[in-house]
Amino acid sequence: MSKTSAIPSGVTGATLAKDLRLEWRSKDAINSMLFFSLLVVVVFSFSFDPNAEESRQIAGGLVWVAFLFAAVVALNQTWARELRNQVLDAYRVSPAPANSLFLAKALGNFIFVAVLEILMTPLFIMFYKLRALGPAWQLLPIAALGTWALVVNGTFFAAMSLRTRSREIMLPLLLFPISIPALLAMVNATTAILTGELSAKFWIVLLSTYNVVFTIVCLLLFELVLNAE
Amino acid sequence: MTMRRLFPIFGLLTAVLLSYALYEALVAAPTEQTMGNVQRIFYYHVPSAWTAFLLFFINFVCSIQYLVRSNPVADKVTNWTVIAIAIAACVAAFVIHPLPQGMEPSSVATTGLAIAGLYFLIKKYFSRERVDALAVVSAEVGVVFCTVVLVTGPLWARPVWGIWWTWDVRLTSTLVLWLIYISYLMLRRFSTSGQTPVLAAALAVFGALDVPLVYFSIWIFRTQHPQPVIGGGGSIDPRMLQVLLINWLAFLCFAGLVCWSRYRLEILRRELEETQALEALLEPRSPR
Amino acid sequence: MNFLYAAYAATWIIHIVYLGTLVRRYQRLSKEIAELKK
Repeated sequence: MSKTSAIPSGVTGATLAKDLRLEWRSKDAINSMLFFSLLVVVVFSFSFDPNAEESRQIAGGLVWVAFLFAAVVALNQTWARELRNQVLDAYRVSPAPANSLFLAKALGNFIFVAVLEILMTPLFIMFYKLRALGPAWQLLPIAALGTWALVVNGTFFAAMSLRTRSREIMLPLLLFPISIPALLAMVNATTAILTGELSAKFWIVLLSTYNVVFTIVCLLLFELVLNAE
Repeated sequence: MTMRRLFPIFGLLTAVLLSYALYEALVAAPTEQTMGNVQRIFYYHVPSAWTAFLLFFINFVCSIQYLVRSNPVADKVTNWTVIAIAIAACVAAFVIHPLPQGMEPSSVATTGLAIAGLYFLIKKYFSRERVDALAVVSAEVGVVFCTVVLVTGPLWARPVWGIWWTWDVRLTSTLVLWLIYISYLMLRRFSTSGQTPVLAAALAVFGALDVPLVYFSIWIFRTQHPQPVIGGGGSIDPRMLQVLLINWLAFLCFAGLVCWSRYRLEILRRELEETQALEALLEPRSPR
Repeated sequence: MNFLYAAYAATWIIHIVYLGTLVRRYQRLSKEIAELKK
């Protein structure tokens, strides 16, 4: 049968497993990201020290800005290992479809950022005395969709930034404008749940649309980016 | 040859047009009832916005063409898609009742045909490399005009509505568009890849998909939290419309001139780079 | 009223600054071409 249908899950799964294993063994990226996330939460808590009422209004925005910073730190090192060892050249000549590599990287980043979020959330709840007045279970799909929105575009733009000067700053420069509708949706959905005042339904639909559109576009265009030398 | 002689003539014509349009805007146009003279900013703000959007659309068309023209299959598919869009616009214009507010059947059909016309005109007169040059040019000049929009907007809003800025649909979408294209220009400047045009074109596609999403998301945001509507709908005095259109024509000509100059500069720069690269290859190595 | 003049002035300042950068780039380019021709 066609190579592309048989191989993708195999290559994706293998690449993902390799990345996770390497990361687990060395733990260099995850440790620095963990510490960075903790610092972000602490700094934010010093800067914005509201009472419980106000905090519900602004916490949505604060939490997602903190997650955004953590995501950028994670995304910046996405391709670092590949660059160091000339792995990308090997990928270019291999018959494995570029999509599989992209998907593996994106999923790996998703797991990393999700771990960070899981670790940062209790701290935020503690510092801001947060309690959701709306349906709290909805926060999970919001977090998942929001994280994927950041990670899918971030992984793509990280690859784009590989051949640029000032690589680390180019990633957020490219990512932030494109992510604005997703950020708006994430923040408003979270605030809606925390304050319980409005329904987060529209925002979840918007986030889902955003994710579908940009996942498709990233998968379609990644091959071009991979071959850009 | 003839191009070079046309430029100063066109330049003079544009200068005359701009001066006339300025006079119309500041003096001849009737004063608005509620806002007073400040409303005249409208005659510079709106044409700049329309010009910026047109330029960004040209960049989008160029980016698509650059991406698909390397692959004959993709190229054909895109051609037919563009034709399909034009036909769909014409059909929808006369079939859909009622049209959304502010849209006339003739303008919807014309827009659809204009989009297709623009696409094929660019395709005919620009080779693939030149299409990329046009992409850079339209992005840069578009950012300039968009900056004008974002500066004149708050200067209009402040005396009239008392606020410098609000997150309404149009302002926010324009800001995001501006940010996206600034990031586009930064990618162009900082990229060291040989395939920069491809990367930039991909970014332009991302941007083009993103802006409708921004528009829609702010629209939803606004219906949940009613905000001041900047420059709301409603009919416009025909004399004001005339002045607006004159100013738009003048600024379009001006934009054309600027793009033309920037395009010549870009072609020259590329030729120089190619020559320098060739020289470097052919030069015998100097003893160190 | 001042806002009106400020807006019109700002528009033209922005355009003139941009045209200025174009002129400067063109001059630099011409110089490089002259060097190359030598």
